[in-house]
Amino acid sequence: MNNKRTYPQWFLLIPLVLYVVFFLAPSLLGIAYSFTDWNARSIKGINFIGLENYIEVFTSNKDYTLGIFNTLRFALVSNVVKLIPALLLAVMLHENLKGKNVYRTIFYLPSILPFLIIGLVFTSILNFKTGLLNTALDFLHLDFLKQKWLTDLAVVWNSIFGVDAWRGIGYCMTIFLAGLNAIPKSYYEAASIDGANFFHKFFYITLPMLSSSIMINLVFGIAYGLKVFDIVYVLTNGGPGHATEVVTTYSYQLYANGKYGMSSALNTILFLVTAVIGVLVVKGMSKQEVQQ
Amino acid sequence: MKKFQLQTVIKHVVCIILSIIVLAPLYMVLINSFKSKTESARMSLSLPTEWFFSNYAIVIEQGKLLQGFFNSFLYAGVSTSIAVLTCAMAAFVLCRKRTKLNKGLYFFILSGLFFPINYVTLVKILTTFGVANTRLGLIIAFTSSMIPFCVFVIRNFIITIPVEFDEAALIDGAGPVKLFFQIIVPLIKPVLITVFILEFMGVWSDFMTPLYLSGSSSMWPMNLAVYNFFGKMTSNWNYVFADIVLTCLPVILLYIVGQRYIVGGLTSGGVKE
Repeated sequence: MNNKRTYPQWFLLIPLVLYVVFFLAPSLLGIAYSFTDWNARSIKGINFIGLENYIEVFTSNKDYTLGIFNTLRFALVSNVVKLIPALLLAVMLHENLKGKNVYRTIFYLPSILPFLIIGLVFTSILNFKTGLLNTALDFLHLDFLKQKWLTDLAVVWNSIFGVDAWRGIGYCMTIFLAGLNAIPKSYYEAASIDGANFFHKFFYITLPMLSSSIMINLVFGIAYGLKVFDIVYVLTNGGPGHATEVVTTYSYQLYANGKYGMSSALNTILFLVTAVIGVLVVKGMSKQEVQQ
Repeated sequence: MKKFQLQTVIKHVVCIILSIIVLAPLYMVLINSFKSKTESARMSLSLPTEWFFSNYAIVIEQGKLLQGFFNSFLYAGVSTSIAVLTCAMAAFVLCRKRTKLNKGLYFFILSGLFFPINYVTLVKILTTFGVANTRLGLIIAFTSSMIPFCVFVIRNFIITIPVEFDEAALIDGAGPVKLFFQIIVPLIKPVLITVFILEFMGVWSDFMTPLYLSGSSSMWPMNLAVYNFFGKMTSNWNYVFADIVLTCLPVILLYIVGQRYIVGGLTSGGVKE
């Protein structure tokens, strides 16, 4: 078979050009501009200023480093609080349970809603005086649990993680369910004959067989976590103070204030962190591919 | 047997509690969107004492929602169609002709799954092409940003299609274009629909891209219009909620219609072939 004629290379043209010009090039260009003083007022020209933007990121009193730390923290914690419950739910809903399809549909529902909308809805729900959450706690006589969810430094991050979990658990659960469907039932039957209990089965069959689903969830989850913007921007806009600021919210502020060079520097740091993680993951995937 | 039943009961209790946690906020939004301003401010779950269906008419008029709906539909429809079609073609070649170059290109595209988009410089590049602050510019940005995901998922599906189909078509004298559109596309239709739905909803939900890239309010998609409306109407939760309902309705309908494909797609994308 003549491969060259059957599978013409020009089929790749449009996606490749769009990807390179409008996705990759901005990132690379961003690296270049992060070494300049480019801003809204630089009509005359843009000057090379070396590492100055980066020095400012790490030394200024504007807590940019806190933003970087918060981003990493969000990427890590938000995944832990989503993946563990999602896995347990998936295991539960995988077995025969009446109405499990209804439950699945309901649990997945939040992940199709726009982040912005979820943020808006929860600013109302988490409102200290009138919000649904505190009202519900009153109703259940659990008033001692009432909090200033979005303004108290001690709980604001938990609120963000909670909202994100509300949105994302169903999605992770669906991916786990797909993985569970692919495990042959005979494995469990054989284990039962050998006298394995639920925990044996879970740790020695389910978890190892789910490794690719766990991987997919982690990869997409971490990539999403590092790029998080909408939920934080709408829920807290980085507040109270700068406590919940992340890299993307800082970078948007800098952009809005016309400090394009600084904004690019922050973006570049985020780009490098995700690039390192991304390359590691893609390498892992290509290894898997070779093995097949 | 008794133990088994107890387990089932516990499972149902857990599931019902979780369902309430998921549904209560949505119910609250829906029910309060029909209330008066003062009543909606209390955000209770009770039925409205008087139903204000007019909230919706007011929101559509003042919130620029028709314009927003048109924009969202245009952005999501056009960019997703282009991306799905062209990425399917690319994924087909990447999958069938595994030269060293193509393997490299595949992982090169795949790495885009992780990178954040640098909007600051994207605006500059769009300006260079003369499409900054235009709907076309936004469509280009949306299309480009979904390429890695589309290529990744569609390629994973094409792998499962036996090469024999191609060979049979070639013997019948089909060229590559005919082979792709008449043989391959019908075979991979499920994954194309899945990716289309997921990415359509993705664009519909995207807040950051239009926030950076749309210059004038006439270009706002629905959710940016909602956000702006919220900024102006913070005390009118009834309007804000009505606005939210209207914005979510299209994606919820799409979800109900295409649920089968979404779950199927997560399966094919999520599990190694």
